[in-house]
Amino acid sequence: MTAQTLTTTTPGQVPVRRGRLRRRGGEERTSRGTTIALVVCTLAVFAPLYATLTMSFKTTAQSVDGQVFSLPSPISIDGFVEAWRLTNFPRGFAISLFVTVVTVVGTVALASLAAYAIARNWDRRFFRWSFYYLLAAMFLPFPVLALSQVKLTGMVGLANPGGVALLHVMFQLSFSVLLFTAFIRGLPEELEESARLDGATTWTVFRYVVFPMMAPMSATVAIFAFLASWNDFMMPSLITADSTLQTLPVLQSVFQSQFSSSYNVAFASYLMAMAPAIIVYLFTQRWVMAGVTQGAIK
Amino acid sequence: MVSATATRPGSSDVADAGPRTDRRPPVSRTFYLFLIPTLVLFTLSITLPAVMGITLSFTDSVGFGEFQFTGLTNYVALFQDPAIRSSYLFTIGFALVTVLLVNVLAFLLAVGLTARIRAKVALRAVFVLPMVISGIVIAYVFNFLFSNSIPQLGQATGITFLEQSLLADPDLAWITIVVVTAWQAVPSALLIYIAGILSIPGEVYEAAAMDGASARRRLVSITLPLVAGYVVINMVIGFKNFLNAYDIIVGLTNGGPGTATRSVAMTIFSGFTGGDYAYQMANATIFFLIAVVLAVAQLRLTRGRSALS
Repeated sequence: MTAQTLTTTTPGQVPVRRGRLRRRGGEERTSRGTTIALVVCTLAVFAPLYATLTMSFKTTAQSVDGQVFSLPSPISIDGFVEAWRLTNFPRGFAISLFVTVVTVVGTVALASLAAYAIARNWDRRFFRWSFYYLLAAMFLPFPVLALSQVKLTGMVGLANPGGVALLHVMFQLSFSVLLFTAFIRGLPEELEESARLDGATTWTVFRYVVFPMMAPMSATVAIFAFLASWNDFMMPSLITADSTLQTLPVLQSVFQSQFSSSYNVAFASYLMAMAPAIIVYLFTQRWVMAGVTQGAIK
Repeated sequence: MVSATATRPGSSDVADAGPRTDRRPPVSRTFYLFLIPTLVLFTLSITLPAVMGITLSFTDSVGFGEFQFTGLTNYVALFQDPAIRSSYLFTIGFALVTVLLVNVLAFLLAVGLTARIRAKVALRAVFVLPMVISGIVIAYVFNFLFSNSIPQLGQATGITFLEQSLLADPDLAWITIVVVTAWQAVPSALLIYIAGILSIPGEVYEAAAMDGASARRRLVSITLPLVAGYVVINMVIGFKNFLNAYDIIVGLTNGGPGTATRSVAMTIFSGFTGGDYAYQMANATIFFLIAVVLAVAQLRLTRGRSALS
């Protein structure tokens, strides 16, 4: 299957086409019935998001009636103000952002370098076996490693967001190295060779020839690292010892115990935790969609 | 390819020549620098904990201090522990139900989204959206809907079944976990089905249409058999992911009521506080073996499929 994936992602092409691929011309005109049925189905996607939106703009008094789908009246931003203060949003956001940025940069850097070394030395046993070694972790669920990892990160002073970011990178590696390796194998070697003949070092070739050509795959890898890291709850909740250094998803648990009647505050906080990922998705949806397909059908 | 760099004195790329006798050109040392740091980090943060965990599963460790090797004691106890057995039964049952539901929904949506419809791009974008939302956060949102809005709806419409919160019912709470997990998992399965359906050559449909095959007939006799490989991939990937269920359960039921919805991951994590550290390590090891079996199945199946296509 690798070969097939490669043919659809030749360098220089932004992988946007998948979503646009035209299906044959056999069928009748646009089917109105199917369109309507699908639009109705989108309600299942929108209902909880709509509820989150309306609840977060209500006053506390209105939110306790439990009617999630009613419109806020009056519109109030008290929920946001209170959620901002309660969860210490700027700090939570900064920590989430730190973990996510380190994860994205780390994953793209380490995985692309490793994949380049592996793909260009595939005839060497060391590189080939390294590939399978890194790949093996794809089948290793986090719960299996959790107890030991918590212990180890505690021992070496990494029971903090830095440790979470490191583990996020490590868990993204398998999948990312796999994607990069398949992609590099499809790149023509002539460019690299001519650069070498001009006296470029391996690093220069990577930095100025190979890495730019890998941009579409780097985008895919980066988006997956972003989503996995930004939305993760399991790892930060177990690894980070200091609760004041928690990421946004973990901070939301505060609303499960205290302040349980200030639903507008809770929903405002949920909305603020979800919004960044939704905004990133709005701008990158084509890459997200292409990435899932490439990742699954390797 | 290294010959050019190898002749450049002083470059960092001095070839790793050595007294090799084989005829292959030597590998640039830089390639090792590209790979080895990653291998070291990986070994320290993934392999080492795995080896540590498996080793400790044969001991009586409580997570710190001294411990003694106790052989298979933990494993024998595991198989006799009703709490462990019920967590495995719950997790596997939940994963099976969810994987079926997700695949039926995703397949139907994929058929719709590849048909000739209006606003195709926008509709796809909407259906993929749940994938980017944090599992725990959306579980909290659904938690509120299940415990407040749906009972209210039940009262308003007189459907007594809905009047009680599903979350409070030990026999039905699992349904909420299936619903929310499916809500989040449909998008990736959907995208894979879309790719599968788009890979079917249009001529097949044209020929069928010319022979007078109805839309339903084309779906059952062409689309379904030709995406069978994708069904298998989706089933295995989905099942594997759902076995790790944690975030969404924490947000909805936190394993309750009682221990009715405690997943395997949740029992393993109880090793932090319960004092049965080594015991839960053994549990994790068993869980790992199940993951390996599934991984092998996945590789076999995907290979079989690519041989066909």
